[in-house]
Amino acid sequence: MKISGWGGTTRQECRVTRPRHEAELAARIAEGGLIARGAGRAYGDAAQSALNTVDMRRFDRMIAFDEETGQLVTEAGVRLSDVIAAFLPRGWFPAVTPGTKHVSIGGMVASDVHGKNHHRDGSFGAFVDWIDLMGPDGRVRRLTRGDNDEMFGWTLGGMGLTGVILRVAFRLRRVESGWIRQKTLVAADLRQAMEIFEANQDATYSVAWIDCLARGAAAGRSIVLLGEHAAASEVAPEHRARPFEVPLRKKKRIPLHAPSWALNRLTVRAFNALYYRQGVKAAGERLVDWDAYFYPLDAIEGWNRIYGRRGFVQFQCAFPLAEAEAGLGALLAEISAAGQGSFLAVLKRFGPQQGRISFPMEGYTLALDFPLQARTAALLERMDRITVASGGRFYLAKDARMTPHTLRRADKRMADFIAMRERQGLTEAFSSTQSERLAL
Amino acid sequence: MSDATTTKGAVLVLGGKSDIGRAIARAFAGAGHAVMLAGRGTAAMEADRADIELRHRVPVSVHEFDVLETAGHAAFADALPALPEIVVSVVGYMGDQAESEADPEAAAQVMRTNYEGPAAILALFANRFEARGSGVIIGISSVAGDRGRATNYVYGSAKAGFTAFLSGLRNRLARTGVQVITVLPGFVATAMTEGMDLPGKLTAEPEEVAQAVLRAVRKGRDVIYVKPVWWLVMAVIRNIPEGIFKGLKI
Repeated sequence: MKISGWGGTTRQECRVTRPRHEAELAARIAEGGLIARGAGRAYGDAAQSALNTVDMRRFDRMIAFDEETGQLVTEAGVRLSDVIAAFLPRGWFPAVTPGTKHVSIGGMVASDVHGKNHHRDGSFGAFVDWIDLMGPDGRVRRLTRGDNDEMFGWTLGGMGLTGVILRVAFRLRRVESGWIRQKTLVAADLRQAMEIFEANQDATYSVAWIDCLARGAAAGRSIVLLGEHAAASEVAPEHRARPFEVPLRKKKRIPLHAPSWALNRLTVRAFNALYYRQGVKAAGERLVDWDAYFYPLDAIEGWNRIYGRRGFVQFQCAFPLAEAEAGLGALLAEISAAGQGSFLAVLKRFGPQQGRISFPMEGYTLALDFPLQARTAALLERMDRITVASGGRFYLAKDARMTPHTLRRADKRMADFIAMRERQGLTEAFSSTQSERLAL
Repeated sequence: MSDATTTKGAVLVLGGKSDIGRAIARAFAGAGHAVMLAGRGTAAMEADRADIELRHRVPVSVHEFDVLETAGHAAFADALPALPEIVVSVVGYMGDQAESEADPEAAAQVMRTNYEGPAAILALFANRFEARGSGVIIGISSVAGDRGRATNYVYGSAKAGFTAFLSGLRNRLARTGVQVITVLPGFVATAMTEGMDLPGKLTAEPEEVAQAVLRAVRKGRDVIYVKPVWWLVMAVIRNIPEGIFKGLKI
């Protein structure tokens, strides 16, 4: 069947199977060239393999929950949305969440996802206690943090290339309500946005939407959103009796691929300007429900279709702190000069990061998306170069088009990752279209 | 989501290990119903028991059940913690058409698993529900029963029998407070159809079947096609004159 990543640019005819038992899975692994696919939310070709894509959605059971520690054990195919549905009413929320709740727990481990609290809490991996991994021989090993087992570290952010993630034990955090106190701050330019991040290191959540088409003095103007879980006493009086229940959002649906002319320099510029003005108006503090705060795009089913049938590519890089301002400035100048803005450009301060192969590094990350057009490829190449020149690296969960050469120059850890794959006999057993493209 | 204090009447899922059975169990548990999972080999259902209890905080029990052991059906029903409010039969077995053509034993297996067994156990619950004056009986049949086709008529004929049985049961129980629902899924992405090249737009996920069943109970429906387009597809197929139909390859 034809499958692709969320960006829709990597459609490929793949053999997809849906095992239900570990024995079936082991038989698939023996065939080689296998990649596990969770919710299909990686943007590029990370979760597809022409000969051997394994859809993990039938491994979707919750196994155990510890009320004392907040540790939840689930099979890898469980969706984050199901975790929230089951545990928010009991006063628990994911300790780290990406920008969509429609991801699988296995995918969260494979990408070692980060959230708006990375500057304080690190990535999802910081809350993972153990991982059950099926190796190339079909045997299952429990990888534990701190047991000197290098595979634990390689599996967090290892893009499913260390084996099939079967079960994960990870910790949730206690919350008193389903509401977030959101504070909106306006930054007139990039430097101010960064100053706001630096001054608000104590905020639990922080993220900025950045107008990537603004030029000159306004380059990098941003709306910075800070957030704190609201205490029970802070919830609006009408919701206080049931603090975990929030009003259902009206679901919108993009039923069709938008025609390619719908998205052009003018519409994107207008959208960006409008969004900025709205943010300026909304400056201040208010209560927002968890779904609207963490997952604004989840309310629009199939939002990826606004980019048209050809799809879109995501670009996300991270810069070390010392190089961040120069690197980000250069990237924004390049994008705005090309006039190829993105609806959603997101800037975020990263804190310290542990792990062998995880994407984040202390500094700043910028994420953008571009509809796939002929001239996009050249722009992305230029952005790759700027990133590498400033010591930055790339997020493989977003990548759909990088070259192996770029990846190796940006990320010196890849050589060790490749050597480890060879040493452990993983290279033949586990591969994705992405890993083939990047020669991992 | 509900807490144990407000648990609704139990739903008994016959075929609780199947993809559709698991999805139905979860959907009803999510709506606050207690769950009884029944199938061959209770050990294989323990993981689902834990999953549903953890997700939905409703009581879940697992029960050994073999649809073909009709002599044991009454004892099975007697051993349940209580007479359920809702019983769903998800039991089904496609078999291999070529094998069913060549081997009468293989054909009988398909016929008994899709018709005789499910009809027998639902008949038993029908009588008990009738005596109580309430209950919901749900049979997962198949559009394959709407018209026999060369590619799967042994399976289809058994499903046709099951569909007719449910229809008659509904007619009989219409004034008793017992609801009988016939579910006609088209293609569903399950273990049974794994490896088949199914058209995406006509193929439902087990979770869609489960939601359709839950809606049918709430709305008091009689017969549902999971994806509405299947009603149209089958209306066309049923109305092709036999003289033409017999020459078609569909």
